[in-house]
Formats: sequence, C-alpha cells, structure tokens
Amino acid sequence: MAQPLLQVDDLSKRFGGFVALDGVSLSVEPGERLGLIGPNGSGKSTLVNCLCGALHNETGTVTFDGIDVNGLAPHQRTRLGMARSFQLPRPFASLSLADNLRIPLIYSANVRRGSHFSASEIDARCGELLTLVGLDAKARRLPRDLTQVEMRKLELARAMAADPKLLMADEAMAGLSHSEIEDIIKLLNRLSERGITIILIEHIMRAVMSFSQRLVVLVSGKKIADGNPQDVIRDPEVERAYLGQ
Amino acid sequence: MRSWTFTLVAVVAGAALFALSRFVQNDYFFFAGYVVLQYIVLSTAWNILGGYCGYVNFGTAALFALGAYTSVAIHKFHPVPIPVLIVIGGAVSAVVGLGIGYLTLRLRGAFFSIATLALAVVIQTLIINWDYVGGSRGAYILRPQTAPVIGSYIQYLFLIMLVLAVAAVAVARLIERSRLGYGFATIRDDEIAAEASGVPTLRLKLIATTLSGAFMGMAGAPLPYYVGYLDPASGFNLAYAVNSIAMPVIGGTTTWIGPLIGAILLGTLQQWVTVTISSAVNLLIVGLLLVAFVIIAPNGIVGLVRPLFQRGHR
Repeated sequence: MAQPLLQVDDLSKRFGGFVALDGVSLSVEPGERLGLIGPNGSGKSTLVNCLCGALHNETGTVTFDGIDVNGLAPHQRTRLGMARSFQLPRPFASLSLADNLRIPLIYSANVRRGSHFSASEIDARCGELLTLVGLDAKARRLPRDLTQVEMRKLELARAMAADPKLLMADEAMAGLSHSEIEDIIKLLNRLSERGITIILIEHIMRAVMSFSQRLVVLVSGKKIADGNPQDVIRDPEVERAYLGQ
Repeated sequence: MRSWTFTLVAVVAGAALFALSRFVQNDYFFFAGYVVLQYIVLSTAWNILGGYCGYVNFGTAALFALGAYTSVAIHKFHPVPIPVLIVIGGAVSAVVGLGIGYLTLRLRGAFFSIATLALAVVIQTLIINWDYVGGSRGAYILRPQTAPVIGSYIQYLFLIMLVLAVAAVAVARLIERSRLGYGFATIRDDEIAAEASGVPTLRLKLIATTLSGAFMGMAGAPLPYYVGYLDPASGFNLAYAVNSIAMPVIGGTTTWIGPLIGAILLGTLQQWVTVTISSAVNLLIVGLLLVAFVIIAPNGIVGLVRPLFQRGHR
C-alpha cells in the first residue's frame, strides 16, 4: 500500500483546562474524499487549525507527504501543498477577485515549483480558476460585491490557487440553500477528479453522504468512528452522539 | 516598462524643480522647501508600514531622531560628507526598525501602536542620557558656509532632501506594484488568510519595518546641519510623529501618491501658517484636518478623487 498523504498520530490540543482534541489519529490516502463530521464543539475546526498550523498541538505528530510538519508556520505548510478554506470566508477585502487568487499563485504555487510563472501565465491561471468556480465575469470586482455562495466559491478557488495536494474545506456549505449546496458539491467533485485529496468538514449530512468515500466522526475531541459512511452512520455510538440516548 | 517611465518622470521633475529653484534668490524658499521634502520622505516611509501593511507606528520621531543623532555622533568624532551620513543614519535606523519589529510585530492593532510609542520614549531617554551627543543640553553643529559646486549650503541641503524624496517615492511605488506589495496588502486585509495563502507574514512585516525605519533615519541624518543646534526635545518632537501619520491619512494610505499629496499640501500649509499666523497654530490645523478627513473621507484625497477616474490605480 502506498504511503498515506496525511498521517496524524495521537494529536491533542487543550485550551486552558478544556481538552479540545484528545489523542486523535487519522490517515488519509492520496486522492481520497474524506468526510469529517461531529456535533458543534466537537473539535473539527480545531483539528483543521492544528493541521494547517494556525494552532499548535501540544502532543502528537502531523506528517504530510512524508514530511513532519510539526513546528512549521502555516505559510510553509501551504507551500508544501496543504490548503484550506475558512468556515467564515476571509477574502482580501481591498483586492479584486483576480488579485485574491494571485496571492497564493505568487506566494505558494510559484515558490513550490521552483519555477517562476510569467506575469501572463499568472493572469491566465487566475482566469482559469475563476472560470472553474463560475466567477470569471466578476474578476475585477471586489469581494464585497459578492453573495454568500460566491464568497464560498472564491474561498475554494483561493485555496485551489495554491496548487494543493490536500484541500480542507471547513464548512464550505453552512447557511447555503439546497441548490447552492449542489453547486459546491459539484465543484468539489470536479476538484477531486483532478486528483486532489479532499477533507470535507460539514454539518449537512446529505452533502457529506453524497460526497465522502469514508467518514470520520469526532465527539468531544475524540474520534469515535472511522470507515464506510453507510456503516458509520448506523454505528450505535454515533447515533447516541447525534440523537442522544 | 511603466516603472521606467515613472523613474524618468520623477527624475526629470526633481531636476526641473531644482533648476527652477536656482532662480529663487530668497534663502527662505529653501528652508521651507527642505521641511516639505523631509515630510515627503517621512510620510512615505511611515506609509510603507502604516498604509501598506496596516500597522500604525507612533514612533516615527524616534527613528527620525536616531538618524539625526547618528550624524551628531559621527560629526563629533570626525566630520564626513552628508551623503555618507545619510547612508549610516539610514542603516542605524533600519537596524533599530528591525529590532522594534521583532519586539512588537506579534502585537496587533492598538497594542502595536502603543508599543512603538513606548519604544520611542525609551530611545529618547537613552539619548538624553548620552553625554557624548550633548545629552539634554543638546549639541551645536557648525555647518560650512558653502557647499562644493552648488554654492549656498541651504541649497545643497535642499537638493539632498529632494533626491531622497524622489528615491523614497520611487521605492514606495515599486513596492506597491510588486509581489511584496501584494503581500503587504494581504497583511493589511487579513493576516490569517494571508498565511493560509502562503504569505510569510512575519518576514514581510520585518521587511516593512526595516525599510520604513531606514527612510526615517535617512530623512533625519541631515537635520543637525539644517538646524545647527539639535536637542532631544526638538529631535524627538511629537510633531514628526503626528505629521507623518496625518499626511498619509489625509492624502490616502494605500497608494504611493497619497503620502506625497498629503505631505505637499499639509507641509506647505504649515510653512505658510507659520509665517502668516503663528508657529503654534501649526499642529492645531493638522489636528483639525485629521479629524475632518477621518470623518468625511477616511480614504483620503486619493479616495475622494479615485472614483472620478473609473479604473483607478490598481
């Protein structure tokens, strides 16, 4: 079996006396579509933040693509190929949409490849990504002109611009309508077809079930289930966590 | 490249300004002009950190005075030409700027600003207690009557500051259109998202404090020769810190042209008021204008004018 793309061993994170993550271990294969679910406050976003380097985990190791990334700054991890989208979109408000995508291109994709894109290649790549998410008509507009769903798409496009191997989509669909959710799932499927490994952190079960090949469940900072989505949701422990006794 | 056209225009404009000013017989013109040019350098330097990255620095006066006091110290030891002093003063302030950055850049917003203010006070206290440069008594610098080639010494100082102003504005414009400028903009907008996009935010902020500090020190280096007598109270004057914030804010902070416009308008206005009304009314006017702009036009003059030219600068 090939080496996993992401290997998390015994990861723990506490905030003062509160244990947010408690010995979480996880591995993700290249090209996999993994769903990560759990009730509110179960530590999903904390896990993403630890994986991306925005928070420091007290114990445990994170190995990405064979490299131990513990102690690396977030921008170094992005350059290695771990990209994320934020739960609440965080666009660069003073830059146009095209320039929002330009940032990861010049600071991440460009640096990692060791080769320098020419200015016209960067412009072309910005255009291509905006077309992929259907925002090409608004390339010169500012993020404040976008609707919620467009903002989520911009968020995903910016993560994609870093040319990642692994994309962590943190609640990319929260608060969206049915048809908008379909839009985002279609987009994620398209990214998956390009060979990108995706971790989908989500509350909306319909979306998670249709997208994921494998499901991981976090409850109070502990991983309680990991496996085939159909089996996982029938797991009595998972049912108890979601529905109560 | 458009950058080359800009450099050419800037150099020609600078040269023309100096050539024209040679016809002015009145030395006062050069004394006043020097101050305006000095503020162009200071506000442009402040804007590299404050406008591009969004980190408001209250310590401009300290970095500026450090350049001036470096000149005093060297002059006492062995007088050297002013361009050499500018390089040394710039280097000293760059290093101190870098140090301030290391100490304070993990702080954000108001906390960063307060820290820079505190460090300015620390530096001032050190200078007051350094006897070699005059301590609190201050130091006299006897400047030569004439300068080589140019003739009048004040014209020589004016020319030096003119070159420095052109250089500062050119560097600021270069940054704005570069990879560095995009990185600075992301720091201003959202540092966490910037890191997630691969921007090494801490390193970029250190580059900004270093560059900003360097220009402030360079602007201060010729000061002892301009005033003839330098004491801590005038070198570390609050007016430098206030003006170097007010000018970019009034002009517009996110572009190179904002601090330039702000410095020319406000600097000239201050010189005019000093002569016609009173030198004490100076800062009052700055304060009133600052309040007015923050309320009416938070994006400065550039922000007011930009919508008129549909596509703007970027």
